[in-house]
This record gives sequence, structure tokens and C-alpha cells, in this order.
Amino acid sequence: MNVLSARGVRKSYAANEVVSGVDLRVASGECFGLLGPNGAGKTTTLKLCLGLIRPNAGEIELLGEPVPRRAREARTRVGVVPQSDNLDPDFTVAENLLVYGRYFGTAAGTIEARIPALLGFAGLAGRADSRINTLSGGMKRRLTLARALVNDPQLVFMDEPTTGLDPQARHLIWERLRRLTQEGKTLVLTTHFMEEAERLCHRLAILDNGRIIAEGSPRALIAQHIESQVVEVHGAGFEAWMERAKAICPRVERAGDTVYCYAEDAEPVLQSLAGQSELAYLHRPASLEDVFLKLTGRDLRD
Amino acid sequence: MSLRWVAVWRRNMLVWRRLMAASVLTNLADPLIMLFGLGYGLGALLPSVEGMPYIAFFAAGSLCTATMYTASFESMFSGFSRMHGQKTWDAILYAPLVIDDIVAGEVMWAASKAWLTGSTILAVIVVFGFAASPLVLLTLPAAFLVGLAFSSIGLVMTVLARNWDFFSFYMTLVMTPMMMISGVFFPAEQLPQPLFAVAQALPLYHGVELVRPVIAGRLPEQPLLHVLVLLGYAAAGYSLAIYFARRRFSE
Repeated sequence: MNVLSARGVRKSYAANEVVSGVDLRVASGECFGLLGPNGAGKTTTLKLCLGLIRPNAGEIELLGEPVPRRAREARTRVGVVPQSDNLDPDFTVAENLLVYGRYFGTAAGTIEARIPALLGFAGLAGRADSRINTLSGGMKRRLTLARALVNDPQLVFMDEPTTGLDPQARHLIWERLRRLTQEGKTLVLTTHFMEEAERLCHRLAILDNGRIIAEGSPRALIAQHIESQVVEVHGAGFEAWMERAKAICPRVERAGDTVYCYAEDAEPVLQSLAGQSELAYLHRPASLEDVFLKLTGRDLRD
Repeated sequence: MSLRWVAVWRRNMLVWRRLMAASVLTNLADPLIMLFGLGYGLGALLPSVEGMPYIAFFAAGSLCTATMYTASFESMFSGFSRMHGQKTWDAILYAPLVIDDIVAGEVMWAASKAWLTGSTILAVIVVFGFAASPLVLLTLPAAFLVGLAFSSIGLVMTVLARNWDFFSFYMTLVMTPMMMISGVFFPAEQLPQPLFAVAQALPLYHGVELVRPVIAGRLPEQPLLHVLVLLGYAAAGYSLAIYFARRRFSE
């Protein structure tokens, strides 16, 4: 069963089309990732799915409700973790949850009964009365996640949930998100951390220039779009070596002073590197990041 | 219209309760200093105005002006901070609320806070014996109407604003001159006719025209007209605020 579907969705601002015909299907219980470089249209797509902005064309259905027409009804069963924290700085940790729960029309008693569990989930037990400005970045993110769960949603949207966090904080968020999927919640997240997408997402779509250019499970995307082995080479004389590598490796790319060799069998490349003491290299299996860079290019997006 | 806006009102109320002492003090200190300073100071030089001591005359203007300022500051500066700085509105919009609910909640909240300012000044007026009869209690609904009109107009400014400076124009070019010609400090009738005509088109004048007679112990001569003008400003401001808020948030 699909909890979210979008068909042919388009959104323009003035002459600039930000979302150019996006199709999405998210099944119940899955963790779905929306990947893309900055400005690809990820956040706009999320806002369209939530019914916060009107599409110029296309159809969206969220939890069985047509969006944006009945977005309000759909949002009663949806949680949102936005890209930048917008916790209420005037309130304590617990008050943030209480006030937010009231927006869903939930009775104060019901929310208060849920607060200890939510704080426990967020690793903020004992911080109920803390002010927001005393929390670390990771704590704020976890509180924002707890806030998104205050209405016990079926589906949680997360816009770059771990951007700006240190590795410890990021791993803790990942662990919590996995727990949510184990509880049967559906997650839709945007990210540009490939490691995050590879670890968490059952399925993902790569968005570029407002279009979905690839879709599938992380493994399937790697298998479908890229050679299985990568050898990264850098060091003095790499340019001369690169010319020779082109003959023995099906795909060779250069980014700055590093050469990337993609091949199903890396053995010939490794042999040619043997004895080249001035060249340093790293041999690794292909990752989602390689797929992403292949499909969206290595140019900077700002 | 749904009642979802009540949650927005309650959110602002909870913040206000935290900072109540400071908030009440700052909202009241200014108008009360003006009321007693000008009322007794300037009043000592004046025999009586429209048949009442100057301080009693000025009390109505002072009450309405203070109500106007509370409504405007809350809907503009505090509202802009919630909308723009803290992104509180964005967070609320993820819940099953739409921008119309937020506009309604903000307008009602600023009007409530303004009403509290007006009511507290009313209490001072009564305690100091400037009120002639229990009719003065009609000031309570009148102050709410004044608050509603200026909250709605203020919120239009807020949803149009790109930065804080935007509000200075409205305050300097609209509110200050309005205060001068609306019969706050002296009877508006003594203005040159064109200015008096402008005053009669403005909400503050009609607020003062409602409140001054009831402090003096009589009913306003044209209560319906004053109420309708204030309601008209409130309705027009509210509709415009919703229109521009939708444009800002839902496009």
C-alpha cells in the first residue's frame, strides 16, 4: 500500500521550474530517501507532498488524502523534521512538545502522558525543564524528531535530518530512525549524505534539476549504474599513469589531482599500479556516492 | 472557519505568562506616565475640555492610544519575530493548521493583549475617580474592538514586511499622525476641516469617540457608526493579512 504517491508534479517560481514532473511512490513501512545536490528540488518536493505549497500540475496523494485539497486532514497523521531547527526558544523542552501537540488538537493530558516516552526516545530524559538555548545541536535535532512524533504519525518527513551534526550525534539519530521503521512507521528523508542513504533507506530516488533521474534500492542503483570496483589514485606522475590506465580500465575519471578508475575487475589496474611507488591508491567497492557523482556530475552546485 | 487558531493563541499566551511582569510594566508605564504627566501638568493650565477636567478628557485618548500601540507592537514586532526570526509559523504549518489559522490566532492574540492594556488603564481611570458612572464598563468591549482593528492592520504590515525597518514607515507615517489628529490630546473638531475629515476616516478617532463619552457617563451619539468603522478596519485588515500571508507562505 502506498502512503505517498505523486504523479507528474510540477512547480515553478516565475520562469524557473524547480520541480519538473516528479513521480514518487512510497510504500507503507519503508524508509524512502530523496537524494540530490543543492537546489535539485528536494525541499520543494517535500513541501508539495505536505500540501504546504500548490503544484502547478500533477497529482499528489498523502495517506489516502488528495493534496493539497485535503492536506490538513493528511497532516494529522504526519510528522515533519525540518531542515533548520525551529523549536520554540521561549519554552522548555517539555513545553515545546506540549504546545506542539496542541496544534493537533490533542488533549493536554494525552500529550503530557506521552512526553516521558518521547523524551526517552530522544535521549533527553531528565532534560524536560531545560531551556532550548542550553541544548547542543544534536539534542535540538533529537527534540525536533520527538516533536514530529508527538501525534504518533504514520509517516515522518525529514529534511536533511543529520546535516550539521557530529558523527556521534549522527549515529544516534540513525539508530533512532531505524527504530522508527522497526515500529512500522514510514520515513521519507532528504539527504546529501550518501552514507546515510545507504545505511537507512530501503529505496531511494535521485533528484536533479527537478527531475528524478534514478530510483531503486541502494544496492540495485549501484549494480545498475556503476562498475563494482573503484580504484582512486593520486600522487606525482598521476597524469601519465592516467593515460595508460585508459587502456586497461573501462571508465576513468579525473577530479582535481585524483584519478577514479571504475571497473568490474580491478586486477589489471592494480597490477599497473604495482611498483609505482610515487602513486598512492585506494581500492574499494563502488558506493552510492559514486553512482550519485556519475549521475549528477562532479560540478559544484550552489 | 475552524477553531484551530486557538492553539496559536494559547502558544502566545504561554509565552506572555512567562514574561508577564515585564510585559505589563512596559505596556502600561508609558501611557500612565503620559496620562498623569500631561493630564495633571497640562491640565493645570486648562479650565476644562468639553465640560470635563483635562485629565478625564485625555484619559479616553490615552487608553485608546495605548491599546493601539499594544496591538500594533504585538502584531508587528512580536509577530514578525515569530514569523521570520524564529520560524515558529513554519513549524506550526507542518501540523494540521493552515496559514489562515495562524493569522486568526495572531490577530486574536494581539487584540487580547491590547484589550488587557486598555482594561488595566480603565482600572486606573476608575480608581482615580475620572469615571462618572458604571457606564464606563462599556469601555471594555470598545477596547477590544480597537485592539482588533489595529492587530489586523498590524498583521498586514507583518506579512508584507521583508525586514524590521518596514515597520518604521507605518509607525512614523501612519500611527503618529493618526494619534495627533484623532482627538487624543484635544478635540478633533477644532482641527481644520480637511484634517478633521481625514481623522473621521481613521479607526483611532472612532475608538476615542466610543470611549470618551462613556467615561463622562453618557452614551456615544453614534455608537453604531463607530463600531462599524472599527469592525470594518478589522475585517479589511484581516482579509488583507490572509491574502498576503497566503501569497507569502503557500506559493
